[in-house]
Amino acid sequence: MSKRMVQFSIYRYDPDKDDAPYMQDISVELEPTDRKLLDALTKLKAKDDAISYRRSCREGVCGSDAMNINGKNGLACLTDIDSLKQPIVLRPLPGLPVIRDLIVDMTQFFKQYHSIKPYLINNDPPPERERLQSPEDREELNGLYECILCACCSTSCPSFWWNPDKFVGPAGLLAAYRFLADTRDQATNERLDNLEDPYRLFRCHSIMNCVDVCPKGLNPTKAIGKIKDMMVRRAV
Amino acid sequence: MSIPVLKFDAVIVGAGGAGLRSAIQLSEAGLKTAVLSKVFPTRSHTVAAQGGVAASLGNSEEDHWTWHMYDTVKGSDWLGDQDAIEFMCKKANEVVVELEHYGMPFDRTDNGKIYQRPFGGHMSNFGEKPVRRSCAAADRTGHAMLHAMYQRNVKANTQFFVEWMALDLIRDEEGHVLGVTAMEMETGQIVIFHARATIFATGGAGRIFYSSTNAFINTGDGLGMAARAGIPLEDMEFWQFHPTGVAGAGVLITEGVRGEGGILRNSSKERFMERYAPNAKDLASRDVVSRAMATEIKEGRGCGVNKDYVLLDITHLDPATIMKRLPGIHEIGLQFAGVDCLKEPLPVVPTCHYQMGGIPTHYSGRVVMPKDGDMNSVVPGFYAGGECACASVHGANRLGTNSLLDLLVFGKSAGDSAVEDLKAGRAHRELPKDVADRTLARISALDNRKGGANVHETRLAMQRTMQDHAGVFRFGDMLKQGVAKILEVEKAARQLEIKDKSMAWNTARTEALEMENLIEVAKATMVSAEARKESRGAHVRDDAPDSAEFPNGRNDKEWLKHTLFSPVDNSISYKPVNMQPLTVEAVALKTRSY
Repeated sequence: MSKRMVQFSIYRYDPDKDDAPYMQDISVELEPTDRKLLDALTKLKAKDDAISYRRSCREGVCGSDAMNINGKNGLACLTDIDSLKQPIVLRPLPGLPVIRDLIVDMTQFFKQYHSIKPYLINNDPPPERERLQSPEDREELNGLYECILCACCSTSCPSFWWNPDKFVGPAGLLAAYRFLADTRDQATNERLDNLEDPYRLFRCHSIMNCVDVCPKGLNPTKAIGKIKDMMVRRAV
Repeated sequence: MSIPVLKFDAVIVGAGGAGLRSAIQLSEAGLKTAVLSKVFPTRSHTVAAQGGVAASLGNSEEDHWTWHMYDTVKGSDWLGDQDAIEFMCKKANEVVVELEHYGMPFDRTDNGKIYQRPFGGHMSNFGEKPVRRSCAAADRTGHAMLHAMYQRNVKANTQFFVEWMALDLIRDEEGHVLGVTAMEMETGQIVIFHARATIFATGGAGRIFYSSTNAFINTGDGLGMAARAGIPLEDMEFWQFHPTGVAGAGVLITEGVRGEGGILRNSSKERFMERYAPNAKDLASRDVVSRAMATEIKEGRGCGVNKDYVLLDITHLDPATIMKRLPGIHEIGLQFAGVDCLKEPLPVVPTCHYQMGGIPTHYSGRVVMPKDGDMNSVVPGFYAGGECACASVHGANRLGTNSLLDLLVFGKSAGDSAVEDLKAGRAHRELPKDVADRTLARISALDNRKGGANVHETRLAMQRTMQDHAGVFRFGDMLKQGVAKILEVEKAARQLEIKDKSMAWNTARTEALEMENLIEVAKATMVSAEARKESRGAHVRDDAPDSAEFPNGRNDKEWLKHTLFSPVDNSISYKPVNMQPLTVEAVALKTRSY
């Protein structure tokens, strides 16, 4: 890679001074060492300190810098700049209220996550040592516990766009199954009751946008299918 | 101007591992607790920890906390306080088992117990051979831990103030700590959090260096606030350079890679650690491995076009093991080095990783400072745990996996101590009249200054100075110049200008305020490093070389003592190392080798 100019079109909105959002064309020269979109954003911000976005770990584990990149949700820190068609169009995650520029209000997203009781429920008195779990049972949690709550999935899901207050969304449902799948958790029935509703679980129509965008390669649709299976098995 | 006051029993600043662990203690004790965080709790930097948390559970082979204690004292190059180290190592099993009960998805052994892997510097039988002590969830231990603790706090109904930045510590004339001023990032509003107990869990400040494994948010906010409130900073010359950051990108590659059998090689494919640490080899302590790597590179045995990195090789391991135990590393290799580590070795360099020093604390989590001749006088109402605190358990060099243990043990003990003090009757004290003056003056200066220094450029100048003058190897004259340079950068950092004046989610303002914290840490580091005229642990200088009189350049007669940097006048004082454990025999001074 060499030095190169890269063109951007960035969604801008500052509620303090703008009546309406607009797209700003801006370009920046990148060094050979700038590989990721977040590197470019850092350069852009050095040019114009008002460009606003969240970021932290810059290695894809904290989930801060999710945004809509050329029409697809992803993490800026894991996206190779040179893989993107220019001008690179950056917008905030769709479907959530915009606070400023690329920063969205995630209240609704976390409300849904919290609604599934995202914590282990086990009412037995804790033993002195660890609860035992076989490697095979532990394996069931792989592909579930790694979620970074970046919201790429839920904000790419049409069902979540239409009913963000009623449909738990892929991230929340993945978390729900993470606890349903945990042999140490005792609240299976309570958890299934909590989801037995025309909206909370059953608004998922297996569109699979969530799978397509997950930066960690997780599969919420599959987890949702497993919850539906558990519902059916419980009913018969 | 009247500023809203929110009253709580306790305010915790920071929602990483230490803050969340403290919050569990306070919430479960029924106290009204506010937890402030610049980021949503699961985005805190604990999330990036990979390899594991140390505890002598002995799930795969015999282990004892006394062995762990010995390793930690030796790892610290005897600068760690032995009472605090005993406290931590003894508590390890308890806090790790608690995490499992919270739901943490640890990997498992065949008989269903928590999986443990070897890690650098952790040995059996007082230094004999590597032992499996690191309790791991694949190579995502920090992520699994942080989420499990956040989840436990959701269960306990902890009240979070998400995306709030604490700005200044509130102390009254008698020195009591009464809370913090803070800013809601979404609106720019300033609020006073008035508390009976204030706990700092603000993490590290690795962003003072140019090349760092640390997140953007690791800006030493707690240290900056403490320094502005006149509280000294302890042992700030000691920074850990992690041996294996991805060359160029700085992203961390866990020591767990070497725990699982990974080998470091130079340009001639030689396993060079055999020369530097014949016994522990690639699993020697981090300072030892980083120096060995830097020496290989310095002497021309580095790899690549510029011969500026070495290789971390796991191509001889079973691909199934790699994908099971180190899946995140495989991903990082592809993402940040363009290397498939199943087939090719990873390019790595020592990279700034962890701050051993910090706000001086007792092992109970209470903050201490010199007062009326007592070197460890408690600052009433003030507690700290995790990377921002210095208990001191890591001394001159931290062992891998002891950071996650530190934040569990001292997060918990800070929480417990706060509960104890509040139950004993500690009340809200009257807020000083000028309570928010300093904060408001800082904000207003930033908003009104014209022709000031650019934040981005000032930060770069600081990072370059720290990297060039206080790196893996240090030089007497370079440190002297470094002090002068960093004091110059400080002048600029006190005159920052931002163009963005919006009240809404103003990240330019946040970054400027962070810079004011970073510079306090950078200055404390450079001044403390220049002053310590010996080599010890991670602090190694050319003018204190290995000799018969001073093996490894360490001079216990003059320098077996903690540095206290006073931010009031940039002066240095010292306090003794506590060589007396709580119940067992002291680990006697010895030359350190692996």
